[in-house]
Amino acid sequence: MSLRTVAAEATVNPLVPHVAELIVGFIAFSALFLVLRAKVVPMFEKAFAARTEAIQGGIEKAERAQREAQAALVQYTAQLTEARGEAQQIREEARVQGAAIIDDLRAKAQEEATRITAAAHASIEAERQQAITSLRNEVGALATELASKIVGEALDDQVRQSRIVDRFLDDLEKSK
Amino acid sequence: MAGSGAGFVPPSTADFNLPPIIGNNAYSTKPVFLVLLSVLVISAFFIAASRKALVVPSKLQFAGESIYAFVRNDIGEEIIGHEFMRFVPFLFTLFTFILTNNVFGIVPFLQFPSMSHVSFPYVLAVFSFVIFHAVGVKKQGLGKYLKGIAFMPGVPKAVYILLTPIEIATFFLVRPLTLSLRLFANMFAGHLLLLVFIMGGDHLIRGVIGLKLIAPFAFAFGIGMTFFEFMVQCLQAYIFTLLTALFIAGALSDEH
Repeated sequence: MSLRTVAAEATVNPLVPHVAELIVGFIAFSALFLVLRAKVVPMFEKAFAARTEAIQGGIEKAERAQREAQAALVQYTAQLTEARGEAQQIREEARVQGAAIIDDLRAKAQEEATRITAAAHASIEAERQQAITSLRNEVGALATELASKIVGEALDDQVRQSRIVDRFLDDLEKSK
Repeated sequence: MAGSGAGFVPPSTADFNLPPIIGNNAYSTKPVFLVLLSVLVISAFFIAASRKALVVPSKLQFAGESIYAFVRNDIGEEIIGHEFMRFVPFLFTLFTFILTNNVFGIVPFLQFPSMSHVSFPYVLAVFSFVIFHAVGVKKQGLGKYLKGIAFMPGVPKAVYILLTPIEIATFFLVRPLTLSLRLFANMFAGHLLLLVFIMGGDHLIRGVIGLKLIAPFAFAFGIGMTFFEFMVQCLQAYIFTLLTALFIAGALSDEH
């Protein structure tokens, strides 16, 4: 195919290539390929990589946050368990201590009661002894007095007799 | 067209032989200018779109990226597999180059699909042909690659009498020819179809009153066909690129 005939020829076989167009097509395609490969593809790839990285970074960040939250939860749970144990221990100690205090107090009270009882017994015994002593003296004196009075007066009739007794009792009242 | 006065001269293959614009220089024809224009347009658009390479793209970057990602992922990665990245620049150039030159066929004032000149599809098919064979030879070694083509493994020996000539013809003749002729013929026929309706309408409107009334239908159909052509233009760019990717993928795999 001659270059000259490209334009003029009316019945050109459309399947026959034009040399000029082959050359231009080759150069144009090669040039476009070089431009796109050098300038466009790397930039788009860079954008894609940056985007992927941004998304992955976000995911990693979220995962890290979740891991941290999980760790904090575990820590808090452990602390809570520990605190519960401690509280239990403290309660136990308090109970034991309370029981000890109660026992102690009970023992003391018992001791005190025993002491008081003993003192009361002693006191009562002393007073009883004193009363016995005092009564013995007084009964002796009274008996003596009564005997002297009986002896001093005639006790023939009933009235007199009863009067004497009444008087004695009155005297006894008064002397109290 | 010279058919205004006398009878209607239907558009023919001669309509594709546009005279040189400057003098008698074969390098100054419309298709040549269109192809050079396409290189400028594609380069300018994609350089502008990819220049900033932002994580959050602008509208322009998004538009460019969408086309690039389509070729990269839906054609390259999908078809070729893990080695696809080496071929993305080539496939991307192929797709944008064919698409732009095809769409020139319906762009007002340009209105000529460069790919309806068979030379350009031939060039592209040669690129595709050379690359997929080179990939195969490089991957498998010349002997093993040719043996794989001529004697497909896992076939009874007697079948080779029939299969070997077919396979050789397929790989070295049918593939590049169909690749280029499919693109060429689609663009050629599409342009011819538009010419028929638009020039026919033009002829009708110059005729008697009855014909004048029919003319709008011819134009309307021409417009309808323009939309159809746009679809065909995009489809052909896709098919050419897809088939090239398939050939490369075939050459890369051991059993072609």
